[in-house]
Amino acid sequence: MLDWLTPEEWQAVALSLRVSLWATVLSLPLGVGVAYALARGEFVGKQLLNGIVHLPLILPPVVTGYLLLLTFGRRGPIGGFLEETFGLVFAFRWTGAALAAAVMAFPLMVRAIRLAIEAVDPKLEQAASTLGASKPWVFLTVTLPLILPGILAGSVLAFAKAMGEFGATITFVSNIPGQTQTLPTAIYAFLQVPGGESSAWRLVIIAVIVAMTALLISEWVSTRVARRIRGT
Amino acid sequence: MSLSVTLSHAFEGFTLEASFEAPPGVTALFGRSGAGKTTVVNAVAGLVRPNAGRVAVDDWTLFDTDKRLWLAPHKRRIGYVFQEGRLFPHLSVRQNLLYGRWFAPGNDGARYDHVVDLLGLGTLLERRPGTLSGGEKQRVAIGRALLSDPKLLLMDEPLAALDEARKAEIMPYLERLRDETRTPILYVSHSVAEVARLATTVVALSEGRVVRAGPTAEVLSDPDAAPMLGVRDAGAVLWGRVRAHHPDGLTELQVSAGPLLLPQINAPVGSEVRIRIEARDVILALDRPQGLSALNILAAKVTALRPGHGPGMVVQLRVGQDLILARITRRSAEALGVAPGLSCYAIMKTVAVAPGNVGTGAP
Repeated sequence: MLDWLTPEEWQAVALSLRVSLWATVLSLPLGVGVAYALARGEFVGKQLLNGIVHLPLILPPVVTGYLLLLTFGRRGPIGGFLEETFGLVFAFRWTGAALAAAVMAFPLMVRAIRLAIEAVDPKLEQAASTLGASKPWVFLTVTLPLILPGILAGSVLAFAKAMGEFGATITFVSNIPGQTQTLPTAIYAFLQVPGGESSAWRLVIIAVIVAMTALLISEWVSTRVARRIRGT
Repeated sequence: MSLSVTLSHAFEGFTLEASFEAPPGVTALFGRSGAGKTTVVNAVAGLVRPNAGRVAVDDWTLFDTDKRLWLAPHKRRIGYVFQEGRLFPHLSVRQNLLYGRWFAPGNDGARYDHVVDLLGLGTLLERRPGTLSGGEKQRVAIGRALLSDPKLLLMDEPLAALDEARKAEIMPYLERLRDETRTPILYVSHSVAEVARLATTVVALSEGRVVRAGPTAEVLSDPDAAPMLGVRDAGAVLWGRVRAHHPDGLTELQVSAGPLLLPQINAPVGSEVRIRIEARDVILALDRPQGLSALNILAAKVTALRPGHGPGMVVQLRVGQDLILARITRRSAEALGVAPGLSCYAIMKTVAVAPGNVGTGAP
């Protein structure tokens, strides 16, 4: 398997998997929190929050990438602060690719989880509260188990989106082999040079396999979870 | 323990102004749909926050606008049985039952075994709510509420979603609950039959106000309360003791007015039962009738009358130490000269008393 890919191609695949995994895992808690706030919360600025969350979905990815560069770049307000305080650098690093992927995938994740939360009967949560469960406990013991299929679906969707993210990534962190060159940007780069088609093809096949595997795993897990939740 | 409730809440086009006491036993919150029953129960549970009022169990205050006090639902220690059960679908019956215990430490295993036994849940424990029948779900819901170690039980029409057979299946469990636990139960219902069978105290609500409250026997035998309960369903409650089971399938009861023959009752000789005598099943006669097929003829004295809007009227009668109601036409009342103080006979067909109108329990 490893011989089948050149080191450069293998690097791109490994980096893409790492970037997508981190992007999905780290944005999941925030995604659940935002989805809960949008589904159940009543607060001023709810529509504004909704708009901001969905912005990467409707903006041209290049614009999102450029905005990320402005804010999270080394001279950007947040990027500068993070580098000084935690030594965390995003610009032209794989961490930046993960950030770009997370931002781009976030609306898809939130939408899936929000739908799942809206499908939970608030009457069950009321029943839990009359049995002595405080709000955090109600969430942990009733809401969370019931929205597990939605969380799974949202995560797979976010992972797939992160694997395919191109525009924002290339604008924010460029296309440096071994550093920020992910699967899609590598395919793009191979297609720019003569004789790169065979490399591009191999990466295309891998992209299809990864996407299909993720989808099948999520389908399998979510039918199992859903059967458990239906209570039969 | 007893519950005291004073509530005031304004909705669009509807105001709730209710105040009542619920002593130990079952207090039935009775009224037509839209009378405000569920709002009262939700306010007691903390699921609705009323504009003003006070709710307390003995000296433990749950809500008091004067003191700016409002306890969150999870701190109230109130068991709530909802009309639709609301079992957690992702948990087994056992896990559903134990859910409340998580949050109420100090609950011991003996209590769990007792509740499982009381409600007949032993064979259901490993099943999931999705596989249970409506009646089984409600029994689990009652058990779950009991095991959260509540100071008060709320039941919002727990039988309304069930058919007659399932109702009959659950009723004995509710009677045992009333007779074997000391937890006060606030029971919402719009069915006079349920109230007559279960309630210790009746609080009747109409358009957000308490229109009548008192001990069940007193309220149900009050002819003035009959229109509010529904004249067609009017009927008094009597208590009696099983004296004998006869080989021809009849059970003989001893009530204060004498013996009463009813269709077979599943209760041992000597046990106490409560029966509902529907007003429309009672016939009046001036003389003790001869050659009549009806088996129950009790000496009675007319104590009150209430003419209805139509051709009928409701007559209150004293039989022994108890009061019952009879519904007759105004024409008959005139022909017989029915007036307070009149001595007469109340006649009841044995088969008129439906099995659902016979329950267990002492007054």
